[in-house]
Amino acid sequence: MGELSKLTIAEARDKLRAGEVSSVELTRDCLAEIDGADALGAFVHKTPEIALERAAAADARIKAGEAPDMCGIPVGIKDLFCTKGVASQAASAILEGFTPEYESTVSQNLADDGAVMLGKLNMDEFAMGSSNETSTYGNAVNPWKVDDRDLTPGGSSGGSASAVAADLCLAATGTDTGGSIRQPAAFVGITGLKPTYGRCSRWGVVAFASSLDQAGPMTKSVRDAAIMLQSMAGHDPKDSTSADLALPDFEAALTGDIRGKRIGIPAEYRMDGMPDEIEALWAEGRKMLQDAGAEIVDISLPHTKYALPAYYVVAPAEASSNLARYDGVRYGHRATLAAGDGIEQMYEKTRAQGFGPEVQRRVMIGTYVLSAGFYDAYYNRARKVRALIKKDFEDVFAAGIDAILTPATPSAAFGLGEMADADPVQMYLNDVFTVTVNLAGLPGIAVPTGLDKSGLPLGLQLIGKPWAEDEMLNTAYVLERAAGFVSKPSKWW
Amino acid sequence: MLDHLSFETPKPKTIAGAKYDWELVIGMEVHAQVASNAKLFSGASTTFGAEPNSNVAFVDAAMPGMLPVINEFCVAQAVRTGLGMKAAINLKSAFDRKNYFYPDLPQGYQISQLYHPIVGEGEVIVDMGPGVARKVRIERIHLEQDAGKSIHDMDPNMSFVDLNRTGVALMEIVSRPDIRGPEEAAAYVAKMRQLLRYLGTCDGNMQNGNLRADVNVSVCRPGQYEKYQESQDFSHLGTRCEIKNMNSMRFIQQAIDYEARRQIAILEDGGAVDQETRLYDADKGETRSMRSKEEAHDYRYFPCPDLLPLEIEQGWVDDIEATLPELPDAKKARFVNDFGLSEYDAGVLTAEVENADYFEKVAEGNDGKLAANWVINELFGRLKKDDDKDITDSPVSPEQLGGIIALIAKGDISGKIAKDLFEIVYTEGGDPAQIVEARGMKQVTDTGAIEAAVDQVIADNPAQVEKAKQNPKLAGWFVGQVMKATGGKANPKAVNQIVAAKLGI
Repeated sequence: MGELSKLTIAEARDKLRAGEVSSVELTRDCLAEIDGADALGAFVHKTPEIALERAAAADARIKAGEAPDMCGIPVGIKDLFCTKGVASQAASAILEGFTPEYESTVSQNLADDGAVMLGKLNMDEFAMGSSNETSTYGNAVNPWKVDDRDLTPGGSSGGSASAVAADLCLAATGTDTGGSIRQPAAFVGITGLKPTYGRCSRWGVVAFASSLDQAGPMTKSVRDAAIMLQSMAGHDPKDSTSADLALPDFEAALTGDIRGKRIGIPAEYRMDGMPDEIEALWAEGRKMLQDAGAEIVDISLPHTKYALPAYYVVAPAEASSNLARYDGVRYGHRATLAAGDGIEQMYEKTRAQGFGPEVQRRVMIGTYVLSAGFYDAYYNRARKVRALIKKDFEDVFAAGIDAILTPATPSAAFGLGEMADADPVQMYLNDVFTVTVNLAGLPGIAVPTGLDKSGLPLGLQLIGKPWAEDEMLNTAYVLERAAGFVSKPSKWW
Repeated sequence: MLDHLSFETPKPKTIAGAKYDWELVIGMEVHAQVASNAKLFSGASTTFGAEPNSNVAFVDAAMPGMLPVINEFCVAQAVRTGLGMKAAINLKSAFDRKNYFYPDLPQGYQISQLYHPIVGEGEVIVDMGPGVARKVRIERIHLEQDAGKSIHDMDPNMSFVDLNRTGVALMEIVSRPDIRGPEEAAAYVAKMRQLLRYLGTCDGNMQNGNLRADVNVSVCRPGQYEKYQESQDFSHLGTRCEIKNMNSMRFIQQAIDYEARRQIAILEDGGAVDQETRLYDADKGETRSMRSKEEAHDYRYFPCPDLLPLEIEQGWVDDIEATLPELPDAKKARFVNDFGLSEYDAGVLTAEVENADYFEKVAEGNDGKLAANWVINELFGRLKKDDDKDITDSPVSPEQLGGIIALIAKGDISGKIAKDLFEIVYTEGGDPAQIVEARGMKQVTDTGAIEAAVDQVIADNPAQVEKAKQNPKLAGWFVGQVMKATGGKANPKAVNQIVAAKLGI
């Protein structure tokens, strides 16, 4: 057991088509792995009946021929995606008991292609967090360990990261508002791709910060990311911010030929106090791309240092408005009221009980930065900074840069609970290399390229041009092959 | 042809306070429900009076992850409205979120257009009587979502919410403070309603709340308003109060009058008017403060990140403009110029587009003035007596009424007979010409028959004949007798001539 769940999407696809394995077998293997992995806290709602039903349907489709690439592939779905008839609560107590009557476009796209949903995956509450510790379900755990310490799988897509790294499923969906796919992917040694804003529909995905949120694949390889993105992405008339653009063939773009491509190395991503290991990893990455025939160019993204503060104004501002609907009136948690309590007490008690401390903090920050007298000083200024950050990228791309290489995270995975007493800003610093990409609406991908001295995975990030996920994937593919990252966590769960 | 009639500006309403005279300055925000089958951002129906919570899409109920998608028809309706008010159409506009908590606002915000409305400056001419009108400048028109309905009186312990109205498209039409009295304010709303109904962009139903107004009222001393006009500097004007949610012309007038007097009393007492939102209590006939400053909302407006800026093309706007109907001002001017109607009659006939259409059909091939008289006096009068029937339910079609008028013009029937005929057509229906024929209502123009009747009357009344020869005015008595003898069917003109000839006067 457990051998099939280790397969990549590409491997499984080929075996399924060759008739060497059935989707039901694959699915059963994954379900067994999931049942044995409760200690990871990755799957928070298991859906074995749905999984087996879809697997059987996928097998029939494969037998009939012409099955899409994702057909029969068992995947996990982040709890942020609304899934019809299956609990979807964004890891928040305020959505306790909420079961949607609709299916998010992205999970529907996967289902339409025959992908098999195994269950819902843990995450930070409303995708707010970088360690999966704000979840109402309790934290997910990183399958990697150091000195028997429990580590964070990162966040917010911590459950997705943990599940894929531990081979509980072949791949998982994630969402990324400031790094929530790329940071956990880097922390567990898998590939995580955030597409260009507008590439994947946001319809049916519980909103955190609407102008930044993007769904994306979390996979065991760059090729798998290409295959899964192909299924998830596409224009959706139900999301006004979804781009009406034809999809390139992402997998076909993986030629391994990046000769003549110009890779930018932004000076501003060399942070004070950055661990030598990260610096060394970055240098190796540059060398790998150079060896493959790319040209390495030093570039400047001058407004980078304002990105994190701007992000932590814009994202909470949108969140404070997006989360206003959780008021106890129509669905989810409603506080028990005392005699004489009115509508205001219902709001206050419901939201005080239903939202965890980090969500409350961001709702308060967001409300503050939008309030009269502070709007210009905070929100409007942050929007201007955002425009400048976007322009930084536009300028370097206009100057002929094809992709940008940076570290994915400022460190390897840290211990669970380690940041409990820290200033929240310490936690926010996890996003320092990733938020710029969301603010600019660009595609980004984290690829595992090495281990730190304690043996934990580290990743590099590639940032692509808008709508050029195909090119970015190809560069990532070169990096992946050159790095030859094959390490796996040893099973302790 | 004149596009509109020339007019003079009405005098502003003056209220005499205990110490000074005061003038009123009024600006209005009219909320007009967009005539559309579907809501602004969802496909849910907008039908009035449906079962509670039956016209609700997932996005209207603010279910998690649901997103708004703009209804293009509602945008077209707003553009159409703007064009009807000679307003600038903004090819690029944007939606903002207005954040506040209320159970009938499921999202916790209303999607509106604060910063970049779809329609910019325009104007509306408000008729205040023949030759007198106020030009009111429109500042902007924006699109926004309506809220649902909270119901507090169904249960002693609970409130209920009906989301049918949630997300229905509204146009907020904001005027400049160009309205100068309660009557003008009511006339402005009436004009707005007329325009919207002509344009087909709002049904104007005030009872259902499909058209309602927030009224901003301030008072100033005479001369101050002119200073404001010159400089557009609001500091010349008094502090305003906003009276919310008015849906009756009568109450609008009452509320403004009360509110102006309240402000005058404060000012003459040496006090200051607080800028605030007030509600009109129609039972007590007074306005009262809606919420204190501490309770004032901070709406935290910001651009709605779920929607891209709304970009439309000039060609699309031109296409809409090409389909605009003739609007009330132009129609009224045409009725005055082409049919020779008085401005008053033209105003009455163009008040509702259905009336104007009816009239024009009646007037086809007939004398316009005669047609106007018949529509306004006979038809409207009869409909009013008949349970205040709408013209669209009139039992007499314009073709039938036109037929009656044609018979008068031809001399087939007299005006008096025409009224009888009208009543027959109204109650029994039928073709007027055939009725006249079948029932022998045609007036007698056969001079032989009339002569015989005249001769008979002369022969029967020798004394009267002598008197008439002395006093020719008595000829009328003979005419009356002849009409009586012929059952009213004799052509009065012919009778007159023959009577005069036979009497030798």
